[in-house]
Amino acid sequence: MNGAIQRDTSERRFVARARSVPALSTIAGSATMLLPIIAVSPLLPPFGLLMLLGWRLLRPELWAAWVALPLGLADDLIGGQPIGTSMALWTVTLLAIDLVDNRLVWRDYWTDWLVAAVAILFCLGGSWIFARFTGGGGTVLSLAYQTGIAIFCFPAVARLCVVLDRWRLAR
Amino acid sequence: MAPPRYRRRGFSRRIQLSLFIGYVIAVIGVVIGLALMLVARFDPQGFGLLRGAALDATMPITSAGRSVVRAVESAGSGVGAYVRAGSQNNALRQELKLAKRRLIHAKAIEHENQRLKRMVRLLENRPRPIAVARLVGSNLSGHRRFATLAAGARAGVRPGQPVRSLDGLVGRVFETGQFASRITLLTDGGNNIPARLVRSGTPVFAIGRGDGSLDLRALVSGGFPFKVGDVAVTSGTGGVYPPNIPVAVVTKVDGEHAVAWPLADPARLDFAIVEPIYQPPPPPAPPAPAAP
Repeated sequence: MNGAIQRDTSERRFVARARSVPALSTIAGSATMLLPIIAVSPLLPPFGLLMLLGWRLLRPELWAAWVALPLGLADDLIGGQPIGTSMALWTVTLLAIDLVDNRLVWRDYWTDWLVAAVAILFCLGGSWIFARFTGGGGTVLSLAYQTGIAIFCFPAVARLCVVLDRWRLAR
Repeated sequence: MAPPRYRRRGFSRRIQLSLFIGYVIAVIGVVIGLALMLVARFDPQGFGLLRGAALDATMPITSAGRSVVRAVESAGSGVGAYVRAGSQNNALRQELKLAKRRLIHAKAIEHENQRLKRMVRLLENRPRPIAVARLVGSNLSGHRRFATLAAGARAGVRPGQPVRSLDGLVGRVFETGQFASRITLLTDGGNNIPARLVRSGTPVFAIGRGDGSLDLRALVSGGFPFKVGDVAVTSGTGGVYPPNIPVAVVTKVDGEHAVAWPLADPARLDFAIVEPIYQPPPPPAPPAPAAP
C-alpha cells in the first residue's frame, strides 16, 4: 500500500517535470534579457525564441502552435516590447513550421538549422519592423549583427534542448 | 531519416477536431497580437498596469546581479588603467594644465553670469529632483533601447519625466511600476531632443539611432554648423527637458548632420536623477498701462 502511494507520487512528479520543463526553459531563455547589463545596442540573441525553435524542431509532437501565444506573452512582458510582438511572430513561425513539416520528406541537422535560420530572420526582422511601427527602432546594421549571432547560436541551444530533454524523460 | 508523421490526420474525428481547434486558436491569437500592436502604436501607455506589474516582478532579479557586474567592470578598467599608467600620466598632466587655465576662465564667466542674472532677476531655481535611483538593467535583445530604473510610482516617478545623471542627459521615463520604471535611453529611435551647440548656440535636434549613437540635425539650413568635438546641450525649447543638460559630443560630421555619442554612458552610470517635467517660464507680462 505504502509502496503504491510512493510510486504514485513519483509518477506524478515525473509527469509534471516532463510537461513543464520545455515551457519553463523557454521562459528562462526569455529571462536572459534581465541580465544586469546595460547595453546601448541589442547584443544578445533572443534566447527565448531560440529555445522555442529548439524544442519545436526536436519534438514536433510536443506543442500545438497556440503554445507560442502564452510563451510569447511572457517574452513581451519580460522584455518590455509592445505586447503582441512575440505573441504574433512566434505563433506565425510555429504555424509555418507545421506547414514545412508536412512538405519535407527528409530532415537532418542542416535542414533543421536552415528552418531555424529562416525563422530567426523572420522573427527578428518582424520585431524590428514592429519596434519602428510603435515608436522607434535601431539601425539595419545592428539588426543584421544580432540576426547573425542568433543563427550561429542556434546549434548550441538545440544541444541544450537535447540535454534538457534527456533529463526530463529520465526515470 | 524520414520523420514520423506525428501530425497525420487519422480517421478519428476527435483528433481531427482537436488539431483543427488548435489551429483556429493560433490564428485568432495572431490576429489579437496584431491588434495589440495597433493599440501600442496609438496608445503607448496601454496595459500599463500589466506591464508595470511584470516590471516590478522582474526588477529584483536584475537588481541583485547588478552589483556583481559593476564590481567586475570597475576591476577591469582598474587593470587597464594600471597598464597604461605611464602614457596616461603624461596626457593627464597636460590636460590638467589646460583645465586649470580654463577653470579660471570659467570662474570669471560664472561670476559675470550671476551678476547679469541678478540684474535681470532671472534667478534660476532648479526644481528639486523627484527621485535618485540606480539604473539596474536594460533590454538586451529588443530593438527599443529601454533601461530599468529602481524607482517607480511609489517614489513619484511618472511617464514622461526627464532622467539625467551628473554627466548628462540619460533619457525619459516610458512607463512605471510601483517599485521600478522603464526609461527610454536618449539613443532610442523614438527620442527627439531639442538641443543647441555650446560653441555657436545653433539649435539642433538630437535623434536616437538605436545603436548607441545620436543623429544631430541642424534646424537652420545652410553652412556647416558642426565640428568634431562639439558638445550639444538641451535647449529647453518646448518644455519636457530642462535647459543646459549636456547631451552628446560630435564624433563624425556629414554635411548638415552629424553623428554624436551621448556624454552619459548608461553602462557606467551608478545613479540617475528623475526630474519633474520642465515648463518654460511664461513670457514677461506687458508693462501695466500708466494710471491716468
